[in-house]
Parts: sequence; structure tokens; C-alpha cells
Amino acid sequence: MIQHLRNTNSAKIGQAIADARPNGAASSGMVFTLIVVADSEAHFKAVFEACRAAAKEHPSRILVVRNAEGEKTGVDAEVHMDEESIGEIVVLTFTGELSQHRDSVLLPLLLPDSPVVVWWTGNAPAMVADDPIGKLGTRRITDATSSSHPVRALIERAQHLAPGDTDLTWTRVTPWRALLTAALDQYPAPVVAASVSGAQGNPGALLLHSWLECRLGVAVTRTVSRTGYGITEVMLATTKGDIRITRDDGRVATFTAPGLPARKVALRRRDVTALISEELRFLDEEPVLAATMACLAGKAAVSSEAEGAGA
Amino acid sequence: MTVPFDNPLRDPADHRLPRIAGPCALVMFGVTGDLARKKLLPAIYDMANRGLLPPGFALVGFARRDWTENEFAASVLESVKQRARTPFRDEVWQQLVQGIRFVRGTFDDGEAFARLADTLAELDRDHGTGGNHAFYLSIPPKDFESVITQLTTHGLTQTSPDTWSRVIIEKPFGHDLASAIELERTVAKGFEPNSVFRIDHYLGKETVQNMLALRFANQLFEPIWNRAYVSHVQITQAEDIGIESRAGYYDGVGAARDVIQNHLLQLLALTAMEEPTSFAADQLRDEKRKVLAALRPVADVRRDTARGQYLGGWAGGELVGGYLQEDGVSPTSGTETYAAIRVEIDNRRWAGVPFYLRTGKRLPRRVTEVALVLRPAPHLPFTHTDVEQLGSNALVMRIQPDEGVTIRFGAKVPATLMEIRDVTMDFAYGSSFAVTSPEAYERLILDVLVGDKPLFPQADEVELSWRLLDPVLDYWAASETPPEGYASGTWGPASANELLARDGFTWRRP
Repeated sequence: MIQHLRNTNSAKIGQAIADARPNGAASSGMVFTLIVVADSEAHFKAVFEACRAAAKEHPSRILVVRNAEGEKTGVDAEVHMDEESIGEIVVLTFTGELSQHRDSVLLPLLLPDSPVVVWWTGNAPAMVADDPIGKLGTRRITDATSSSHPVRALIERAQHLAPGDTDLTWTRVTPWRALLTAALDQYPAPVVAASVSGAQGNPGALLLHSWLECRLGVAVTRTVSRTGYGITEVMLATTKGDIRITRDDGRVATFTAPGLPARKVALRRRDVTALISEELRFLDEEPVLAATMACLAGKAAVSSEAEGAGA
Repeated sequence: MTVPFDNPLRDPADHRLPRIAGPCALVMFGVTGDLARKKLLPAIYDMANRGLLPPGFALVGFARRDWTENEFAASVLESVKQRARTPFRDEVWQQLVQGIRFVRGTFDDGEAFARLADTLAELDRDHGTGGNHAFYLSIPPKDFESVITQLTTHGLTQTSPDTWSRVIIEKPFGHDLASAIELERTVAKGFEPNSVFRIDHYLGKETVQNMLALRFANQLFEPIWNRAYVSHVQITQAEDIGIESRAGYYDGVGAARDVIQNHLLQLLALTAMEEPTSFAADQLRDEKRKVLAALRPVADVRRDTARGQYLGGWAGGELVGGYLQEDGVSPTSGTETYAAIRVEIDNRRWAGVPFYLRTGKRLPRRVTEVALVLRPAPHLPFTHTDVEQLGSNALVMRIQPDEGVTIRFGAKVPATLMEIRDVTMDFAYGSSFAVTSPEAYERLILDVLVGDKPLFPQADEVELSWRLLDPVLDYWAASETPPEGYASGTWGPASANELLARDGFTWRRP
């Protein structure tokens, strides 16, 4: 069921949600409020689908906000509810002066007590923790990879990372990190060198590179591969030989380790739906991300902005 | 490795990194069975799909069937496509299929085990399974002895400091105390106690952890979790189906051995145990063992137990036959399909609080729950008519279906002068958390492969459970009277109701 509310306000939206719940137990069972800042129209459909999938896994109130052209100041709302899921999705379209004060509409709509997560689907402000909407959140999720300048955005995130901030690029590299960590469990030997290859301007490769450099304390080479998608190869040179994971097609990787024939391992690039659903399982502090981002920020300061400009 | 190696990529604060099993081969005996096809093989695919299996993972099927490797792989693929929880992806299958092998043979065929040993050696050499082997015995317990003897003879249970060898066995863990000890002795011939993983598939790890979290992560419940507030506890496992095609297994075993001995007594232990100082394997085991050891032996079996056998009738709108008419069941069978037992725990927390355990087939619906029923309020400042509709407060841990927690309490009916009635407050894991929580078997298999065993019942728990149940089973076996009949689709025999009525209680309708 979709209800359209034109030129409305928080109280009317709240009432519309309550009216649609015959038993009145509106927020029972919902685990958090998710505010989705979807200002880049291009992804809107994909984002909305991701929200629906996320709502299935995490029953929640999802408030999607976006701006539209228009002189008149106001907000239109679309309240989406379906019988299969507990939560609701409210799409809020702001025009005119109210576009600068969106938080005033959001605040009354937050669920009691439970956490508030803010997700910028494309470009995000430089300091999300200081953003008016960002301040409503206890958890702020950005997505450098989906922004207009991915590498620059990632470095910006690294420079301004505040507790509670995270980036979907980090979610993207989790399977790689898991595989590499497990590989080193299996072939326990000191790592003397390492390298990461990825597509031109791929922030995932950059973040994985920082993580390895930060954890291993050795210089990690970074190369750009002309073919393939995202991260294409990671190599750990240990005193016992090389551990290597190569992925050319974005789907299946080849795993090689000292004294072993190559093995295939599924390592599919995931879409935003899968990423956000996974990301929402983690609402706790992330010291490892913070340390990795600090390494990245330090490195970026040294190497100036040449890299960001190149993306 | 002689020098301990600290993996620099690992960080205890890194909650995101999933536990991935180390390289290993999982050898499945009974791979053509129902359980393997419907649960185990799909679970393995789901684990691979979630990235929890390492590149060096192999699956070896061992069965009598005259299959080639490809035919076996095709049958695995079929059950994966039919049953897997997660979407089918070709790249995941590609990863799995490269490590799939099949060994044809029977359990007494030495040559077949020699071929198994060769296969494992080949996998260790060419597939990177690293000499680690897990043996899943999805077979009748009577075959354990020959399989374990064969494994031992062919050196498959040997380990070095760098490798492991583990065995997974399913309930039932014996059919009485003596056979449980015998089984334990057989298994111990090939495997260290720490390498034996007993799986009770009714009791998924998620459930156990949910119960532990509810009890020990909250302040709200602990104050009432004792004899001062709880009048009695009801633990129910009900199935709406009959024995289906399992007569061969079920007849002569019965409800008490099938469910009470393992599942219900584990639930009792988790409900009644004290808080472990940590969730380390031995701490948790110690607490469970203490409670099981504090169970008072059933003094009067006739008074404190009830047993029944389902009769034909209309159950849930279908006309069904009785137990004695099931294919493969002896027409004079005395096997119980319903069992209830009243036990008491002799410790400070629970003295005088009866725990009623019941399980049965062909009951009205499928449900498993633990209900703590509270004592009445010490004083009710209402008239009798005000509270006529007020029952006992209850806290119910619902295990299936729709795992969750329900609290029952009295509330005033609006717009009446003063009319109090029971209402329920309900929490369902499914509605507040991921709908696709991992299937119990995925957790269990992963725990085995990782070597994490806190939640697997240990031999001593199994033996303590039999110690309680043995006298009951002996009494029933010696009894002249057959189990009391109950109509299919009802909540069990009349004697089960009397069991509670004597104490002034009634069974909840779950």
C-alpha cells in the first residue's frame, strides 16, 4: 500500500503511518530507523530496491530523503507499507527552503530509543558527523565507491572519520580480508612483501592496500590493472612462498599458496542490496576500520592529492 | 609450525571477519540418506556461498551405491538446487565441485576404506585439505563400531600436531545408559573426547545462544528465575506428524529416547543452569552437568510419568491411521509416541519447582517451547469476579516455529469497571532480525570444522540423562499395560493431564 501526502509535515506523516497499522503497535519489533540520503537521482531505483530488501532483513522505519527542483517550500511524502514486512519506507521529497532543514522533518519521525542509521547512497558531505542529518544518526554509512569521485571521496572519509562512520567500500572488501586472513592462518609465515592490483580509481583496492600496509607493517605495492573489475589481485609474499588471490572476472578467484595447485574460490562482487543488508548487521565501533582509515589519511597527506585527482 | 605465529591480519576487535573453516576434507557416511540430501549437503553449499569454506575444502561421499564421481556430484547438485537456503550461483558450485569425491563401499569392506585413505591422501596432496579430516557418521549407531574400526585400521584417525581428525555423530546417543557407555567406548577407540561432536539437530546453536543471551545478557529476568517466583516449568516438544516412514528407526525406540533424553533434557539444563563464568566449552558444560546431576531420580514412575500411543482419527482435517497401523510397526508394539515426565531439581534455586517435560507425535501442531509459569501474586486487591479471567503469569521461550519470547500477564479490559484478563506480549526473532538466520546445520558443521565445541553435548551429559531415564524405561518395558491411546490431533493421553493436575497445574496450550 502506498499513501501519497502532498505538502505535508511530520505529524501528518506519523499519523498516516499509525492509521495504516490497524492494531496501533507501530514500532513494535522494529530495530532501527534508517535515513537514506538519496540526492543522486541516478541510483534511486536501485536504492529503493536495496531499502526494500534491507527492510525485509531488518524490520525498520526507512526514511528516504531527496531534494527536487521547485520554488515552493515544502515536503511531499510517499508512505510505502506492505503486508509481508513489518517496517515501512517513507520517501520524502523536499523543495525550496525546506531542503536546507530536512532534519526538522526527520527528527519527529525517528523511532523511540532504537538506533538511527544514516546512509548516503552517493555523494556525501565531507564531515558526515557534523552534517545536520548526520547528527541524527548513531551510525553513518557512506559509499565512496558510488560517489562521483570514488578515490577522492574515500580519502576525504579517511581524513574526517568520526566514531560511528563507516563506508560501504569497507563492506566490499570484507570477503577479501576474510580470505587473506584465513590464508595466513593456514600458511603461518611472516609476510615480507605484498601487493594489491585493482582497476583504475577503485577505492576498494586502495582501502585493502591501506589495511594490509597498516596490519603487516611492510611496504605494499599497488598497481593498476587494465582488465578486470574492482580488485583483481592480492599477493602476500611470505618466507615460505607466495599466497596469491587473482580475480579477473569479478566472480571467481584463483587461490594459490605455497606448495599447492591453484584452487578456485567464489568471490563475487556484490550489489548494493547485499552490501547494505550486511552492513546493517554491524552497528558497533570499528577500531580496525578506524586504524586503516588513519593509515590511509596519513599516506594521503604525504602523497598529496595527486591520486585523488587521477581518479 | 614450531614457532607460534601471530597472524598480523587477525584482530579480536574485527567483528566483521567471518570465521572461515581451515582446510579440511569432510567425509560423509550415509551420504545417500535423507538427512544428507535434505539438510547436510544444502548446508554445505550455503556455507560455501557465504564464503565460510576455504579454497582447500573437499567433500567425500561414502556409500554403497554404484556411483561415479560425476553421478555423485550431480546428486549433490540436485539436492543443493532443491534445498539450499541461499540462491544458487554457478561460481560457488565451481568452487565446491572441484573438491567433491566419491568412494563406493560398505562399512565392513576393508578395500573401500583403503580407497578412502587414498582419496584423502590425494586431496591432501593436490587439493590442499592439509591432512584435516572430519567424519560425519550419518548412519545407524550399530554401524559405528565397524566404521570406526576401519578408520582406525587404515590410519585415518591418526593425527599429527598440525592436523586433526574429528567425528560427528547424531542422536540417539545410545538407547540406555549401558549402550551409551558402550557407544562412547567405541568412539573413544578412534577419537579423543575433544574430537567427538555430538549433534542434536533439534537444538540448533542459534537457539542455545538465544537462550543464553536472554538469560544472561538481561537484568530483567534473572530476579524471577527461581523458586520464589516460578511455580513450575513446562518444556514441550510437539510434532503434528506421525512417524512417517521412520518405523524402522522409531519402533522400539519411542518418544522418551528419541526426544526427552537429549533434546528436552538439554533444554532443561539450559533453562535451569547457573550462569557460567564464561561461555568457554568447559564452563558451559560444567554448569549443564551440575544441573543434570542435581536431577532427582524419578521415585514413582507410575505417578510421575505418562506415556501414550496415537490412535487413528481426524487430525487437522485429515483422516490418519493409528501408530499400530503404520507400515513396519509391529501390531502389538508397546512403543510410546508420547511421553511426559515430571522431574525435580535438588538445588537451592529450583527446590520444589516441578519441571514437566513432554513430547509427542500427532499432536495438534508443531511447537517447541519452554514455559516458566509464575506463582500467583501474593495478594490480589481485587474481588474474585475481577480476576476470574486472570491466569498465571508466564514467560515462554518459543523455540519453534517463529523463535521468540512471549510474556503473559494480566491487563484491565478497557471500559469495564475492573475486569482483568490475560494478554500476551510477544517478541519474534524473525520480526526484529534477519529472516534468513543460518540453518542450524550450517552453524553446527562450521563449528566442527573450526573446532569450536562449547555447545555440543558431552559424553557425561549424555550419561547423566540416561541415568535419569533408565529406570523409567525399565519400568515401562516391564509394565503389563500398553501405552495409553490418544486420538491423533489431540494434546496427548489423559494420564498426562493427571500428571499436572495432581500438583494443581494444567498444561499450557502452546
